[in-house]
Amino acid sequence: MTVALSGEEIASQIEEHFPGSIAESSQQSLVVDKEFLLVAATYLKTTPGLDFDYLTSITAVDYYDYFEVIYQLTSLQHNHSLVVKTRYYGRDNPTLPSVVGLWQGADFQEREIYDLMGVSFEGHPNLKRIFLWEGFKGHPLRKDYL
Amino acid sequence: MAIKTEPFVINIGPQHPSTHGVFRMRLTLDGEVIIDVEPILGYLHRGIEKLAEGRTYTQNIPFTDRLDYLASMSNNLAYVLAVEKLAGTPVPERAEYLRVIMAELQRIASHLVGVGAFLNDCGAFMTPFLYMFREREKILDLFEMVCGQRLTYNYMRVGGISQDVPEEFLPALKKFVLQMPGFIDEYDQLLAENEILLARAKGVGILPRELAINTSASGPVLRASGVKWDIRKADPYSIYDRFEFDIPTGNFGDCYDRYRVRIQEMRQSVRILKQAMEQLPQGEVRSDVPHLIRPPVGEAYGHIEAPKGELGFYLVSDNSIAPYRFHIRAPTLINLTALRDMMIGWKVADAIIIFGSIDICLAEVDR
Amino acid sequence: MSIFNPSLNLFNCYLEALPPDWPGGFWLHLGLFVVIILAFVLAMIMGFIWFERRGIGRFQVRLGPNRVGPFGLLQPVADAIKILIKEDIIPAKGDKWVHWLAPVVAFVPALMIFAVVPFQDGALLADLNIGILYVVAISSVSVVGIFMAGWGSNNKFSLIGAMRTVAQAVSYEIPVVLSIIGVVLIAGSLSMNEIVKAQSIPFILLQPLGFLIYFIGACAEINRTPFDLLEAESEIVAGYHTEYSGMKFALFYLVEYTEVLAVSAIITTLFLGGWRGPVLPPVLWFLIKVVAVFFLIFWVRSTIPRIRVDQLMAFAWKCLLPLALINLFITGIEVVVLPEALPWTIIFLNLAIMAVLIVLWSKFFRLGGGRVEV
Repeated sequence: MTVALSGEEIASQIEEHFPGSIAESSQQSLVVDKEFLLVAATYLKTTPGLDFDYLTSITAVDYYDYFEVIYQLTSLQHNHSLVVKTRYYGRDNPTLPSVVGLWQGADFQEREIYDLMGVSFEGHPNLKRIFLWEGFKGHPLRKDYL
Repeated sequence: MAIKTEPFVINIGPQHPSTHGVFRMRLTLDGEVIIDVEPILGYLHRGIEKLAEGRTYTQNIPFTDRLDYLASMSNNLAYVLAVEKLAGTPVPERAEYLRVIMAELQRIASHLVGVGAFLNDCGAFMTPFLYMFREREKILDLFEMVCGQRLTYNYMRVGGISQDVPEEFLPALKKFVLQMPGFIDEYDQLLAENEILLARAKGVGILPRELAINTSASGPVLRASGVKWDIRKADPYSIYDRFEFDIPTGNFGDCYDRYRVRIQEMRQSVRILKQAMEQLPQGEVRSDVPHLIRPPVGEAYGHIEAPKGELGFYLVSDNSIAPYRFHIRAPTLINLTALRDMMIGWKVADAIIIFGSIDICLAEVDR
Repeated sequence: MSIFNPSLNLFNCYLEALPPDWPGGFWLHLGLFVVIILAFVLAMIMGFIWFERRGIGRFQVRLGPNRVGPFGLLQPVADAIKILIKEDIIPAKGDKWVHWLAPVVAFVPALMIFAVVPFQDGALLADLNIGILYVVAISSVSVVGIFMAGWGSNNKFSLIGAMRTVAQAVSYEIPVVLSIIGVVLIAGSLSMNEIVKAQSIPFILLQPLGFLIYFIGACAEINRTPFDLLEAESEIVAGYHTEYSGMKFALFYLVEYTEVLAVSAIITTLFLGGWRGPVLPPVLWFLIKVVAVFFLIFWVRSTIPRIRVDQLMAFAWKCLLPLALINLFITGIEVVVLPEALPWTIIFLNLAIMAVLIVLWSKFFRLGGGRVEV
């Protein structure tokens, strides 16, 4: 059984190393400040005992006030999982750091989020629309796109 | 004197006999050697994720049929599992068993098409493909018996399945389960040790273990690279913890391993089917669920081991009758991430079989 | 006289009724055989297409076409009508003349091969004393037509297909010719008719390795599976004829089957004793053997996957060519040193040599290369 690690415990570990990086945490998930996303992700991937080597999925949700990007992380080695979130407040040109450097599997998924949700990822090697064509106006999965 | 050459760009697809749909690859070639690959997707994008936000939880089940249309039952299962996780709906015992039976039958059917198409891409002129379709037809007959459909089943419901199986289903299933191992042996004899197939597929399109994990590959693609990771074992959903089966893995992560892993998985599926048939209890097949499900505010990620990889549904509920966010973790889209690394340096002919060995379904990639 | 009397020459009896020095005899012979060859080729191809589709249907656990006419016999006719009334499309940026001429250039040489194929003793259009050399020369010309098609279409798939064909034809010509020389050495003649007459024992027994090399090489030259790279459906769509439709496509289709028929006829003549055989009339024997060889070819087609282009080249140069040379060398020695030896001794000797060589090569020979660093 994949053990879902407690968001609170991991959050306190991260907070210890990078003070001010955790915005919120609960049993199910933890929300990382977007400035600290990359360092926190690197910490999660490389710390022995955590070893989140497998990025299961990335998705984004539009909550009007902010965009939330959700990273489902799994460690194949220890068979445990964690949900990490990060938020961007505001609707104009949301930008978050890209995790492609850590998990190559984020490549297409970040492009998909960019295409459909309009969240840019800084540091992505090939950030282009993936499903819709170049020149398409708007981002269909945003709640204000009708 | 060196001859001046320039790279040669060819478009494979979107209309091409072996792109398994409307996939397009821009290959940059140096002679016949591939020096760059750019997959171009989206020809079948229907915006299912957006459409689903405007429909009720139950109305969304038919959408999932139209993702990977070669494995509709698995898609149904993944979605209803996610909704059940979100709403906390109980599922009757008998329904759980029937779900597992359908999902495993579907896995066999999907692998039959995957392996057949792979061998066809190797140039075996339809023969293995049609042999595999012969058994796939039998599985489709079984599905038709239980839900009246042969491709888009719409069989699972939140809290169970749409209807119990008819009387003649179990004898037919029993017959199929008894016959199937013999047919799998037959497929093995067809081409498994064929010299040409070995020359074409062995060592071709290697996906190393580290890269497979790093690119989030899943399903047979991940297992062929030597990672023993199967969600049915690692995170048993439904009632998979009650069955005995092995996880076949490959050693090198080449096209041949991916082909072998699929064949082995079919054998394991037959094993699960046998056990599920024996243990199948009597009883209800559907718990009491309101027509309009209003799950509490929250979010849930339900995932299963679909034939092509980890299929996950990420649902966000705002306590209305429709999901607030409906995200599909499409295994085949993510498996394609490693395509470029696997193809570079090989020849055009290899590109086709490497692509074929990933076994994708464009309806799921593009959604 | 019965038609089943093998001594009766069905084809040339008309000449015996005429004065031997009648000047029209040559033209009568020529005209008659042109008609016979055209009718033979077209009828056989129709039959082959039906036979292959039904046969492959059985191999693939399905029925094959069975709706048009009894047992689907009229299916090729229906297909032909369908294909002939289709629109003829010429690519806008293609080389119009080359595109137009290509099917003709490919078809004519394929048909010309039959000029020297003996249907019966002396029953052939032209009994050239260099018959087999003529076959080798003519059959290479088809490649020009295919390359013209690839070039004239202005399509990258066509061009790749055409390039593959040229490379393939050039490579496989050599083992094919070398294996033919073995037969010529034993028969002591280049004339097709004389080669058949020399076969009191079919040469497949005396030249088992030569037969294998010729069969594989010929399959490669006519682009049948496992060497159908130039029209590898799963890779380059339809290869050189991607841009062809209607009548011109039909011609290419015809070329493909004419070449198969030609190869079947040549294998029959060179290795299987041509029209020779007991009881049945010679023409019938010839037909039976041709169909048997054709059956073998499409059996292979429906069974084996396709090999890759570099593996194809490696196979020709590293496997077939040395084997063909060794075969030629051994045959030469046998012809010179053991001319009076019992045929059975030579047959067993050759079979043993073939087995040893094939095992040796399969141990040490590896197909093609791997990944190229870029």
